[in-house]
Amino acid sequence: MEQVFQVFVSGLLSGGIYALASVGLALIFGIAGLVNFAHGEYLMLAMYFAFWMYGIFSLDPYQSALINLALMAILGYLTYKFIMERVLDSSHSIQMLLTLGLSMVLQNLALMLWKADYRNTRIAMTTSTLDLGPLHLSTARVLAFVVAIAASVALYYFLHKTYTGAAMRAVAQNGKAAQLMGINLKKTYALTFIIGITLVGLAGLLITPIYPAFPTAGAPYGILCFIVVVIGGLSSIPGAIFGGLLIGLIESFAGYFIGPAFQQAAYFLLFILVLIFKPSGLFGKG
Amino acid sequence: MLSVKNVNSFYGEVQVLQDVSLEVNKGEVVTIVGANAAGKSTLMSCISRTVQSYNGEIEFDGVRIDKFSPEKIVDLGLIQCPEGRLLFPSLTVRENLELGAFSKRSRATRKERLEYVYDLLPRLKERSNQLAGSLSGGEAQMCAIGRGLMANPVMLMFDEPSLGLAPIVVIEVMELIKNISKEGTTILLVEQNVRQSLKLSDRAYVMENGKIIMEGKGRDLLNSEEIRKAYLGI
Ligand SMILES: Nc1ncnc2c1ncn2[C@@H]1O[C@H](COP(=O)(O)OP(=O)(O)OP(=O)(O)O)[C@@H](O)[C@H]1O
Ligand SMILES: [Mg+2]
Repeated sequence: MEQVFQVFVSGLLSGGIYALASVGLALIFGIAGLVNFAHGEYLMLAMYFAFWMYGIFSLDPYQSALINLALMAILGYLTYKFIMERVLDSSHSIQMLLTLGLSMVLQNLALMLWKADYRNTRIAMTTSTLDLGPLHLSTARVLAFVVAIAASVALYYFLHKTYTGAAMRAVAQNGKAAQLMGINLKKTYALTFIIGITLVGLAGLLITPIYPAFPTAGAPYGILCFIVVVIGGLSSIPGAIFGGLLIGLIESFAGYFIGPAFQQAAYFLLFILVLIFKPSGLFGKG
Repeated sequence: MLSVKNVNSFYGEVQVLQDVSLEVNKGEVVTIVGANAAGKSTLMSCISRTVQSYNGEIEFDGVRIDKFSPEKIVDLGLIQCPEGRLLFPSLTVRENLELGAFSKRSRATRKERLEYVYDLLPRLKERSNQLAGSLSGGEAQMCAIGRGLMANPVMLMFDEPSLGLAPIVVIEVMELIKNISKEGTTILLVEQNVRQSLKLSDRAYVMENGKIIMEGKGRDLLNSEEIRKAYLGI
C-alpha cells in the first residue's frame, strides 16, 4: 500500500511538470491558433542554458532562472516574429511541417554546438530528499512540482482575472471583433508566444537538476505536451493541467504495475481512446 | 467628419465596391440601405480597416485614414458595432463592455464609461456577470452597442443593429440610436429595416451591387417611388 502511494505521488510530481510544459502549448494554440511542434525544443534549450550557467558561473538552475526565463521570452518573441507570423493564415498542416522543421533545426543546432553528450547538472538538491512520513521524495522534484502547478494556475488567473488576459481571450473568440475594440492581433499573438515559450522554459530549468540535457531531451516532451493538450481539449488551460497530471499518473502506474516499457504505450492508449470517444478532449467544448 | 472617395474594394479577383463615395457630416445620422450582398458591410470593414484590400481615399476628421491600422481607427474614436454583434461569447457582459474601452483613447476612463453605459442600459448591469453567449438577441445587441459606447466614440457605425430582433426590440434599438445621436455622436447606420432607419436619418444612400445608386434626405427617399417599390413593397 505504501508503495502504491509512493507510485501515486511520484506520478503526480512528474505530472506537474507535464502540465506546466503543456499549458504553454495550449495557450499558443488556443489564442493564436498556431500549432507548434517545436515546443519541446525550447524546454531542451532552457535545460542547456541552466546547465551552462552552472558549469561556467556556478549559478544553479534556480539562481539563473530569471536570466533563463528572460532569454526564453526573447526566443519566443523572435520565433513568433520571424517564423510564426508568416504562417498565421496558413493551414495547420503547413504550420505543423514548418515547426517540425524548426524542431529539427534546433535539435541539430544543439548537437553541433554542444555534442550529443548527456549533460548532468548535479547540485545539492539533486540528491537531497524530503521525508514525509513513509514517503521519500526528491527535493528537486517536489520543488519542480510546486512551482509548476503554481505557474500553471497563475496563467489561468492571468487569463481570467486581468484586462490583458480578457483581451487575449477575446482575440481567441473573435479576431475581427477584437480588432474593432482596438486590440492589435499580432501583438497579442506575440505575447501569447512569449508566455507559452517562457512557461515551457520554466519546466525545462526545473527539471535540469533531475534529468540530463542533450539535443533530443525536449523531443519526448514535445510529443507528450501534444498528447496532453489533445486529451485536455486543445485550448483549455485547466484541461492541460488536468491532462498533464493524468498522464504523469498513468505513466507512473503503468510503469509500476505493467513494466517500465509500457509507460508510453499506456498514455498513447489513453490518447487514442480520447480521440475515438471524445475527440474534443476531456475539457473541450462540443 | 467622414468622407469616402472613390473606394474600390476586392476579395481576391472579385470587385465588391465600385467607386463608392459618401460623406457624413458632424452630428448627422446617415443611413445606407441596400439589398443583401450589396457591399454595405464590406464598406464598413474598409472604413474600420479590418478589410485592407481596397483603394481610394477615406478621411476622418480631416485625416487620411485609409492606410491606418484598425486600432488606430479606434483610437480616433471611429467605432463600429459590427453585423451579427460579434460579442465575445465566453466572456461576461462586463468583460465584453470593458474591452470596448481597450484603446488608448478610453482605457483610462474605463470605470466612468462603464458607469455611464450601465446607467444608460440598466439591463446590462443586471446581467453583468453572465456570459455574453447566454444573452437574448435584444440584450446581445444592447451589449454590442454598450461596448461601442465604452470607446467614447466620436462617430459610431452600426451594421444592421436590428438584424434578427423582434419588432418591439427593433424600436427600442432605434430609440437608443436616436438618443446616442442626440448626445452628439455622429452616426452611420446600415439597415435592411428601411422604414425605421430612413425615418430617423438626416440623409441616406442606396447601395446596389457595390455602387451608390441614390442619395437624398431620409424622408424624401422614404417617399420616393423607387424605394417604396424596391424595399417597402408598396
Ligand atoms: N471575406 C469575404 N471573402 C470573399 N467574399 C466576400 C467576403 N465578405 C463578403 N464577400 C462578398 O462580398 C459581397 C458583399 O458582401 P457584404 O457582406 O459587404 O454585403 P452586405 O451589403 O453587407 O450584405 P448583407 O445585407 O447580407 O449583410 C458579397 O457578394 C459577398 O459574398
Ligand atoms: Mg452586411
